[in-house]
Amino acid sequence: MENVSYLLSLITFLPLIGIIVLLFINPQSHNTLRWITMLFMLADFVVSLCVYFQFDPTTAAMQFVENKPWIKDWGISYKLGIDGISLFLLLLTTFLGPIVVLACWEDIKVRVKEFMICLLFLQVGMIGVFVSLDLFLFYVFWEIMLIPMYLLIGVWGNPARRLYAAIKFVLYTIVGSLLMLVAILVLYFSAGKATGIYTFDLLKLYEFAIPASYQFWLFLAFFLAFAIKVPMFPFHTWLPDAHTEAPTVGSVVLAAVLLKMGTYGFIRYAIPLFPNAAMDAAWWICLLAVIGIIYGAWVAMVQTDMKRLVAFSSVSHLGFVMLGMFAMTVQGLEGSIIQMINHGLSTGALFLIVGMVYERRHTRLIAEFGGLSRVMPIFAVFFMIFTLSSIGLPGLNGFVGEFLILLGTFKVFPTYTVFAASGVIFAAVYMLWMFQRVMFGEVTNPKNEGLEDMSVREIAVLIPLLVFVVWIGVYPSTFIKPMEPSVKNFIQQVDKKKTIVQDIEKSNGQAWAAVSNIQLVTSVTVQPSDRRY
Amino acid sequence: MFDLVWLIPVFPLIGFLINGLIGRNFSEKTIGWIGALSVGASFVVALLIFQDLLNLAPQNRSVQKVVYTWMLSGDLNVPIGFLIDPLSMIMILVVSGVGCLIHIYSIGYMHGETGFRRFFCYLNLFVFNMLILVSSNNFLLMFVGWEGVGLCSYLLIGYYYEKKSAADAGKKAFVVNRVGDFGFLLGMFLIFTVFGTFNYGDVMSAASDKLPAGGLMVTMITLLLFVGATGKSAQIPLYTWLPDAMEGPTPVSALIHAATMVTAGVYMVARCSVLFALAPVSMTVVAVIGGATAFFAATIGMTQFDIKRVLAYSTISQLGYMFMACGVGAFASGIFHLMTHAFFKALLFLAAGSVMHAMSGELDMRKMGNLKGKLPYTHMTYLFGTLAIAGIFPFAGFFSKDEILFYSLQRHIGFWLLGAIAAVMTSFYMFRSVFMTFYGKSRVEPEAAHHLHESPPLMTVPLMILAFLSLVGGLVGIPILEGYHKFGDFLNPIFAPAKAIIDHGVHHAEHPSVAAELALMAVSVGIAVFGLLTARYMYVTDVKASDRAVERMPEFHNLVYNKYWIDELYDYLFVDSIVKFSKMLWKEFDELVIDGAVNGVGKVTRGFGSLLSYLETGLVKDYALSILFGATVVVGYLVLR
Repeated sequence: MENVSYLLSLITFLPLIGIIVLLFINPQSHNTLRWITMLFMLADFVVSLCVYFQFDPTTAAMQFVENKPWIKDWGISYKLGIDGISLFLLLLTTFLGPIVVLACWEDIKVRVKEFMICLLFLQVGMIGVFVSLDLFLFYVFWEIMLIPMYLLIGVWGNPARRLYAAIKFVLYTIVGSLLMLVAILVLYFSAGKATGIYTFDLLKLYEFAIPASYQFWLFLAFFLAFAIKVPMFPFHTWLPDAHTEAPTVGSVVLAAVLLKMGTYGFIRYAIPLFPNAAMDAAWWICLLAVIGIIYGAWVAMVQTDMKRLVAFSSVSHLGFVMLGMFAMTVQGLEGSIIQMINHGLSTGALFLIVGMVYERRHTRLIAEFGGLSRVMPIFAVFFMIFTLSSIGLPGLNGFVGEFLILLGTFKVFPTYTVFAASGVIFAAVYMLWMFQRVMFGEVTNPKNEGLEDMSVREIAVLIPLLVFVVWIGVYPSTFIKPMEPSVKNFIQQVDKKKTIVQDIEKSNGQAWAAVSNIQLVTSVTVQPSDRRY
Repeated sequence: MFDLVWLIPVFPLIGFLINGLIGRNFSEKTIGWIGALSVGASFVVALLIFQDLLNLAPQNRSVQKVVYTWMLSGDLNVPIGFLIDPLSMIMILVVSGVGCLIHIYSIGYMHGETGFRRFFCYLNLFVFNMLILVSSNNFLLMFVGWEGVGLCSYLLIGYYYEKKSAADAGKKAFVVNRVGDFGFLLGMFLIFTVFGTFNYGDVMSAASDKLPAGGLMVTMITLLLFVGATGKSAQIPLYTWLPDAMEGPTPVSALIHAATMVTAGVYMVARCSVLFALAPVSMTVVAVIGGATAFFAATIGMTQFDIKRVLAYSTISQLGYMFMACGVGAFASGIFHLMTHAFFKALLFLAAGSVMHAMSGELDMRKMGNLKGKLPYTHMTYLFGTLAIAGIFPFAGFFSKDEILFYSLQRHIGFWLLGAIAAVMTSFYMFRSVFMTFYGKSRVEPEAAHHLHESPPLMTVPLMILAFLSLVGGLVGIPILEGYHKFGDFLNPIFAPAKAIIDHGVHHAEHPSVAAELALMAVSVGIAVFGLLTARYMYVTDVKASDRAVERMPEFHNLVYNKYWIDELYDYLFVDSIVKFSKMLWKEFDELVIDGAVNGVGKVTRGFGSLLSYLETGLVKDYALSILFGATVVVGYLVLR
């Protein structure tokens, strides 16, 4: 807690200051607008790096905590903090900020000012979700995000179907988040009534032993909200439409960060608040995850539109994330978190790549292409590497995540793992098939003959992503080590609280009692595991 | 020197990075020699380490070196670590040695190709991955190399990516291999569940304690690992990718699809010899699959006219021999054959490449004939390779193949029969290719005949070195004479534990007499000579004989010539049906069922009021309102309750 304690607020609201600055800029001076946005995004990333370097990787406790009462009478506080689980999601978000701005530098030519404001606004919401430790605050950020994303799709999207996609996206999400809001309020009031403590403070709520009957319904509401966001099969159909119709960077942000809101929500809220219900549900959630892995891969395989193909591959990849998470083993969870980062990097990059093709040809139909390798050799290299990353080739990032997930799940759900692992085969099929049809063969369509290879700007967009794709693949310890204490603590806490609730219920005791004996373990020392090679 | 073992894989990686990142303006020569010398450097380091290894006492010849911890998560701890023992040493020497020769050959062969730099980048990357595969000290790192070589194979098969058949073949190779990898992965999960580690040494030493011999667990582990091996080493049922892989440039076929990568499966089975020894059922499966593949692929080999395809089926068949050896418990013989095969099959492919080079890319043996005068070196070396693979004394193949047949007979006469008949066919189809290519009447088209020329020294010198190795390579493993089987003695510490498990409790069969061994050898050579003479009769003496043979049983020939329609069957069973089903999922389930439900809800909601008729502007407002409304209702209910 000795960390500088305003950093998280700074990261969260720096983009907001950017918006205020943008308001005073002439909407016609596009480059000024872009540069200012870029500047704020970069500054935000730099500040988040400070957080990373000051982060204490040996503890599971919340760090950089800020806690100020906000609406005191209702127990709402402005409470921020991060641990090993949210650290890298936060970094991913700030890291992608400047990349996204650079990526849309030439792409977006109308309403540049509004677009940049949307991007910054989105950034505020996303960062806020990852750092808040108060249910009310969390919900505010969660809902804030929706507006700029809706506008990104609805205003700058593909004119033909953008409204349908935008509305579908919002409708789907609203259904879930409204249920979650109800659940939050029910939790707040019933907990308050039972214990006398009316609070939205997440860490306090963690300490309540919630009766299993309540847990079930509350978990279900949270589950729906998060499962739609992830999206889990069968709540995924908004995703292909949203992705296909959104502008390139909209898809990038959507895939890389927005989807992680759902998975993060499970780890931070749904599972630790309602451990009994969550663990009872683990088998069918994992089942849905496995179905998602295979279903997403199969449907991706037969897509004719590159972007839609990548979108369906997300369904498959996120299935892995959910599977590892609900296995509740160290490897499963760590793999799951790593896979969230991986998916952000690789799928983000793939959307950028599809975007580059689209900018040149104004079509994304696979059949329109073929033989691009000869015309665009540098592009071919980048496309290949990110394809391989997505396939999970060892040495690149995807493998580390998928392997840890499968290994961690195998101990708990061996049968599921067998089916999930078959997803590895199908991933190779759909990605390589697309790659072949777009890049290999002879140039059959004369329109592809004169395409320009990647520009310096486009290379600059992809290089940072490439660096991390290789880094995570070759030396994942950088990322696994800081999350290990939090992950271990998380598993312990969930397990402990589950047992406590069970014990109370067995002895017909008073439910809702604040469980004082759940202590947050503040320092789990990482033991160097016995090194027998 | 052991501390420098990491240099072995790193040299080719450096070569890859130099050529890949800054090689844009290098000349062909620079690129080629950077590639070749980086592999040569690995070979030199490997030789020095080999010397150090020989200086250790046999029981101490197992050295592990860890570079850094790769994955550390919970109880999982996987290092980037290397293991130097006789088995990995042999593999490293073969890979870097043969690899270096093939690199040099490629400088000549690939001269003038537009993708010259790309080719050498991939080739170096391949050697890097292959060396990781054979030198790692744990399963997971082996898997890294395993997938890595698969990738390079994919890239190199599809080297002529503008050709659809090449791109298709590359993808097929990758996907079929992934099916095998799926088994390998599951096998690894089981290993980790049982042993809590991926380290070979720890797994093998604990195996007998943790896994009851013949138990379900060890059988499952080994069978799953073997699934991986059948993918990589092109065995039944996952062999179909290898013949198609001939779409790649010929040096690739020599290096990846003959000498090194495809033997990875054999290496893996040998590496897990203890586990396999504990699972007699798996051993039998390995032996049967190996023997069946050796036989089956040889039948197809007899009917093909494309010289590279003949060699491809021959490779599948020879790999089958190696698996059969492992399956009957003769792991050392399997590795022995792996090594000699690397010599003579690399030689055969490179010589075939030299023929292609001379014939302006022609592969069809029906358009060759009587080339021996024009291509003297190529002819001589190809002949050496053929004599070796056919098992003619004293060429390398004689020793290794004979040993496998010998041990197969000890296990069961059925295995011997499979192997012996396959050997007749091998000798037949190999000499058939010799006679069709180099002897008889010239059937070369005048256009091509005009350009006929022997290849440059850059190509013929590697051929001669390999020809020499094909001649003498077998002498390290002389049977019968006690103490002259240097190869077997060197490997003995590795396979002794497995042998102990296999022999345990089995009534020890009487060691066959020297006379019996000699008799078997005579039979082997007789078999080879019979194949030779038959081929000579059919393709030189009486050229119509082969046509008559075909006419006598056209349906059967058609079946074999078309590779038993296995590719078509797989396409029908797996590819088409999954694609069809997926399309249905997308169009019927995703868009009709789920979206139908969603849109239906949307329509009903819309019907509620005209407020929502202009959705694009009304919805966000409405959305904020509805949140407020809903919240008020709930809060109100809870407060007033």
